[in-house]
Amino acid sequence: MARTDTKRDVIIVGLGWTGAIAGIELAKEGLDILALERGPDRSTVPDFKYPDVIDELRFGIRYGYMQRPKKSTLTIRRSLDEEAMPYRRLGSFLPGDGVGGAGIHWNGQTWRPQAQEYRLRSYVEETFGADAIPDDMTIQDWGVTAEELEPYYDRFEYMAGISGQAGVVNGETIAGGNPFEPNRSRDYPLPPLAQQPDSLYFADVARQMGYHPFPRPAANASAPHVNEYGMQLGPCNYCGFCARYGCLNYSKSSPQTCVLDALKRYENFKYRVNSEVLRVNLAEDGQTATGVTYWDAEAEEEVTQPADIVILAAYSIHNVHLMLLSGIGEPYNPQTGTGTTGKNYSYQMNGGTTMFFNDRQFNPFVAAGSSGMSINDFGMEQIDYAAEGFIGGSYMTCGHSNGQPIRGIAVPEGTPNWGAGWKQAVGEHYGHSTSLGSHGSNMSYRDCYLDLDPTYTDPHGRPLLRLTFDWKDNDIRMTQFMRQRIEEIVEAMEPDSWQSSYKEDGATYDVRPYQTTHNVGGAIMGENPQTSSINRFQQAWGQHNVFVLGASSFPQNIQYNPTGAVGALAYWTTGAIVNQYLPNPGPLV
Amino acid sequence: MSHPTYLNTTRRGFLGGTAAASALALGARARAQDAPPLEEYSPQYLSAAEWAFVMAATARIIPSDGDGPGAIETRVPVFIDLQLAGDFGNAADLYMEGPFKPDAPDTLGPQSPLTPAEIYRGAIERIDAACTDDYGSVFADLDPTQQDEVLSALEEGPSTSGNTPDMAEDAGGAAPNTDGSTAFGLTPELKEFFSLLVQNTKEGYFADPMYGGNAGMAAWSYIGFPGARGSYAEWVGREEDYPLGPVSISGERA
Repeated sequence: MARTDTKRDVIIVGLGWTGAIAGIELAKEGLDILALERGPDRSTVPDFKYPDVIDELRFGIRYGYMQRPKKSTLTIRRSLDEEAMPYRRLGSFLPGDGVGGAGIHWNGQTWRPQAQEYRLRSYVEETFGADAIPDDMTIQDWGVTAEELEPYYDRFEYMAGISGQAGVVNGETIAGGNPFEPNRSRDYPLPPLAQQPDSLYFADVARQMGYHPFPRPAANASAPHVNEYGMQLGPCNYCGFCARYGCLNYSKSSPQTCVLDALKRYENFKYRVNSEVLRVNLAEDGQTATGVTYWDAEAEEEVTQPADIVILAAYSIHNVHLMLLSGIGEPYNPQTGTGTTGKNYSYQMNGGTTMFFNDRQFNPFVAAGSSGMSINDFGMEQIDYAAEGFIGGSYMTCGHSNGQPIRGIAVPEGTPNWGAGWKQAVGEHYGHSTSLGSHGSNMSYRDCYLDLDPTYTDPHGRPLLRLTFDWKDNDIRMTQFMRQRIEEIVEAMEPDSWQSSYKEDGATYDVRPYQTTHNVGGAIMGENPQTSSINRFQQAWGQHNVFVLGASSFPQNIQYNPTGAVGALAYWTTGAIVNQYLPNPGPLV
Repeated sequence: MSHPTYLNTTRRGFLGGTAAASALALGARARAQDAPPLEEYSPQYLSAAEWAFVMAATARIIPSDGDGPGAIETRVPVFIDLQLAGDFGNAADLYMEGPFKPDAPDTLGPQSPLTPAEIYRGAIERIDAACTDDYGSVFADLDPTQQDEVLSALEEGPSTSGNTPDMAEDAGGAAPNTDGSTAFGLTPELKEFFSLLVQNTKEGYFADPMYGGNAGMAAWSYIGFPGARGSYAEWVGREEDYPLGPVSISGERA
């Protein structure tokens, strides 16, 4: 069975943050838009309502809002020589599923990269010399600048109602904010969240050591907020169920709380759920897309859906999967370094130190997803790469984002994993520990990339995506540097005991423990069609009516959580579509 | 930040203050007692021999002596049986297409062709057979010291897998066992059994009571987790014990 539907102006693949932003910005222009979401529909009520959503087993452990590997997964290997194995059960990262995508289940940590992160290769070459970049490191410039993107960060932050303390406004440094952030045109829309005693104590000690602590910027509303679409956020109630959960309180910024109800009021916008796009269809000359083919699960048939513009707004790795399946760009070849589709996958280098304070009570269940005090004194622009022998940087945060007991109660090293000793330890230590973590950059490398798996297939018979990735010496040196700085602060905080967990020499990527859902790259933006998949407007170099939104655009990973940059780039690109592409369709560069 | 005066009280004072509060506090305990005793429970998935194994093993993984409740009082075996009978046991969400390479490095994640329910079944059968050979009776009939020996040997087997989030777990994993067997004759298809058992035991201990374990929310009370209250704006920044006991998703209080 198959059918062909009538042509639309715009097809949007995936209805998470970027699909929702593109949808509403283009709907305002009167375009006829259809968004295709392969997962189910989701709304605050009934899907996130109290008390059903406060269910650690169902959502925190069994991943109720995540993609089911049975329906969609990938294979993973650590080197070109290893045989890739399917990611059969979720572990290291948790792609979202359904309307809202990962925008449902994030913690809400919302950052702006430092200015030099967008021009990293140029910055390193100019400042430290080309020799500072190892041969196998394939970092690139993004083709955009912090100055150009500032209005779009501002737009995203005011749309999403971010709570925070500005550090640099119109060139002026503001006490209590991050003095190392790029210049911003105005303060955050909402004041910072209230903080817990562990975070405040860390901030005091860090300040005494000469560092510059500030509240972690949060997509958890600290006060009521109405955004440009008339959507309303209510103040966060610190329920302690943020990442992996939808927000029960209309407080976490998400497509549901910030965009979708306003978008659904446009009669020229429609969306279909349970509709998985199988491929983007190209014209015979390959120079444009003619639309998409998707699987209509309700009708159980393939649908050919013609369109003038195709916007890929799926999760990063799925954007790349669709491009590889559709022949958009030349597949990247790690042997020759040629081709671009799948190039420069990167991840996030994190580590942390857990501190036990036996006589203090931190009530970890009292938490917003982005609670915590941070320092950025070891950011990418603060480090002398030549002196330290690595390229990278991080921010550090002390605090809790939840106190859910199955997901893990920190116990001192040497505690048995079961038996009387374990039971005694969880009773003694729950609520009496905190952590100081490093959230660090991850560079891109010649042999870290995405292609199609030769063996395993999905329920539609398509080859699975194959991820090749491992930790590299440069990034291990970075995290070990951060470890030393963190342990100095930890010792000054004088806990009863503490223990560290950072990647060490020879570390191999382990797909089992959760690390982070910051999978970036594979469809990278840049200045040159020979070395990037999309131009500075996230427009495919080879098919001018295809735009690719999301963290798949990052040429290497930033030191921060990606959503701030993903949101700003979505506004940047939709602005270019409205102002430049619609009047004069064609390559924007 | 200002705090409502009703929260300026100790837990003892609050709960002991009124007859109504005491009655509410008793409600959950009464309900937990209403459930049929474990001996009368009819397992949905586990056979009688498997049920006996799970009862005995979880009683050692979270024992009843010492502070806090054990796996038996909190009805963890019921939780495990119901999980194995449902989507978790049947691998409903997992990618289960071949080819399968169960002896692939542990760090590439589980690669068994068996569902979690099948892993329990196959592993318990082999462990009971090995216990009969080594000790003269099945696991459930061993004394606690012997049971702990068996569980420790299973834990130290060539493979334990990372079901528990743990940033320290980055060392690369043990090399796969070249003869394809692990402790107690567990083949690579079954090697995840012990880590599943420990993880599922902890899940049953701390999950909402509607899943069959954490009876009376006793595990939440033990550590001081308020369960599904889901609103703590008044307590941000306060370094003192939270005064209210846990509630469950269905509204029970303890």
